[in-house]
Amino acid sequence: MRSYFKSSVFILSTIPFLLIIYKILFNKLGPEPVKEITHFTGEWTLVFICLTLAMSPLKRFTNFTFWVKVRRMLGLFVFFYATLHLLTYIVIDYRFDWQQITDDVVKKKYIFIGFAAWVLLIPLVITSSQKMIIALKHNWKKLHRLIYVIAIFGSLHYIWLSKTIFFKPLIYSLVIIFLLLLRIRFKKTT
Amino acid sequence: MKRFKYSEITPEKIYKNRRIFIKNLGLAAGSMLVGSNLFTSADASTSKDELELTDYRYVTTYNNYYEFGTGKSDPVERSQKFKTNPWNIVIDGEVETPITLSIEEITEMFPSEERIYKLRCVEGWSMVIPWQGFPLNKILKKVSPTNKAKFVKFISVLDPEQMIGQRFPILDWPYKEGLRIDEAMHDLTILVTGLYGKKLPNQNGSPLRLMVPWKYGFKSSKAIVNIKLVEKMPTSSWMKASPKEYGFYSNVNPKVDHPRWSQATERVIGGGIISPRIPTTMFNGYGDEVAGLYSGMDLKKYF
Repeated sequence: MRSYFKSSVFILSTIPFLLIIYKILFNKLGPEPVKEITHFTGEWTLVFICLTLAMSPLKRFTNFTFWVKVRRMLGLFVFFYATLHLLTYIVIDYRFDWQQITDDVVKKKYIFIGFAAWVLLIPLVITSSQKMIIALKHNWKKLHRLIYVIAIFGSLHYIWLSKTIFFKPLIYSLVIIFLLLLRIRFKKTT
Repeated sequence: MKRFKYSEITPEKIYKNRRIFIKNLGLAAGSMLVGSNLFTSADASTSKDELELTDYRYVTTYNNYYEFGTGKSDPVERSQKFKTNPWNIVIDGEVETPITLSIEEITEMFPSEERIYKLRCVEGWSMVIPWQGFPLNKILKKVSPTNKAKFVKFISVLDPEQMIGQRFPILDWPYKEGLRIDEAMHDLTILVTGLYGKKLPNQNGSPLRLMVPWKYGFKSSKAIVNIKLVEKMPTSSWMKASPKEYGFYSNVNPKVDHPRWSQATERVIGGGIISPRIPTTMFNGYGDEVAGLYSGMDLKKYF
């Protein structure tokens, strides 16, 4: 039962990736294909951040433990889509124009914070294995609270790149804030 | 004058389609072009063919028109039932003879000509669109601006019943924009009633919109109901929303970045996944015609 659940989550999580590959191959990306890929991968990164953050609260509310069993996988999908997002920007959009890219990272706060969020994901990926959890002991939990910072960076990245906060950047930010607030309440009650 | 040779950067297939389009449009459009001497005679080596037109499909489905929503496809999806008839445009303020004209009267009084202009959005993309319209100065001369008329304010329609975006505080509705009087009187500044030889689609700002090709797209107001000549510099909706990011002038300028993103390059709509960014040019390439308007001005300060 549990393995079915896990593999279904895996398959479902690959659907956005398969969809964008389909859109690229069959030219379904619309007027601004590069922006479409960038936005698509960026938005799915945010979706997976929200999903990852939702697992612990779901476990609390439903008393099912299987939610946290897929949390690591969802977190790795955050990195997967974030990396696709970053690669789209570097490879397809700016074609390794490092001058322009470094200029952007340094000068444009939305790119800086987005890049910072991606960098912060790296230690989480490296320490995601069972071995690392055991090796790091209680430090593991502390380290993995970085996902809260990453989530905030991610939503700021979206707000700052948009001309107005209405409506999607606002919605993602509210969802992330809600998911983070749930944790504060837990701490007080436990 | 610097010209956009889109044939160089656009897949040949689309380029050929473009040529077919010219033939299909026929002599009518060709003769209209004679009127726009700015684009036919200024440079003998430049023909209309060299401007790679953006697909009609993209021009009419990829729009920023926040009155109908902030998504690019919102305008086409939500504007089809928008009523543009009856429609009156009031031209008043610092003028000798204020008038109210219906859109029919406007199309009768001011014969339209075709102008192929590049539209550069502040978001970093561009299109090339064959507009039908007439110089704004023609309508302004009709009302005889007084010597107090230093600026022109454009007020778009306020109709939250029909425009779902106006039910939310996305911008200070109705949409307001402005030009300095000399910018407004410039021959390149046109009022638009159509594109691609057709009546202006609702999602593109029907029935009457502005087109100022050397400024970022948001300066070109859609669905205008009031053109007001004023003494003081008007505050546009975007200036009000974020004064640090949107200046009054908003001339296309690759050297002045938007505070949050670069303006050095742009993507050409319709180029596909393989087409690279192209460098953005000063005044969107219309520098020869308009740079004089800003001589002696620090364009970093007056962005």
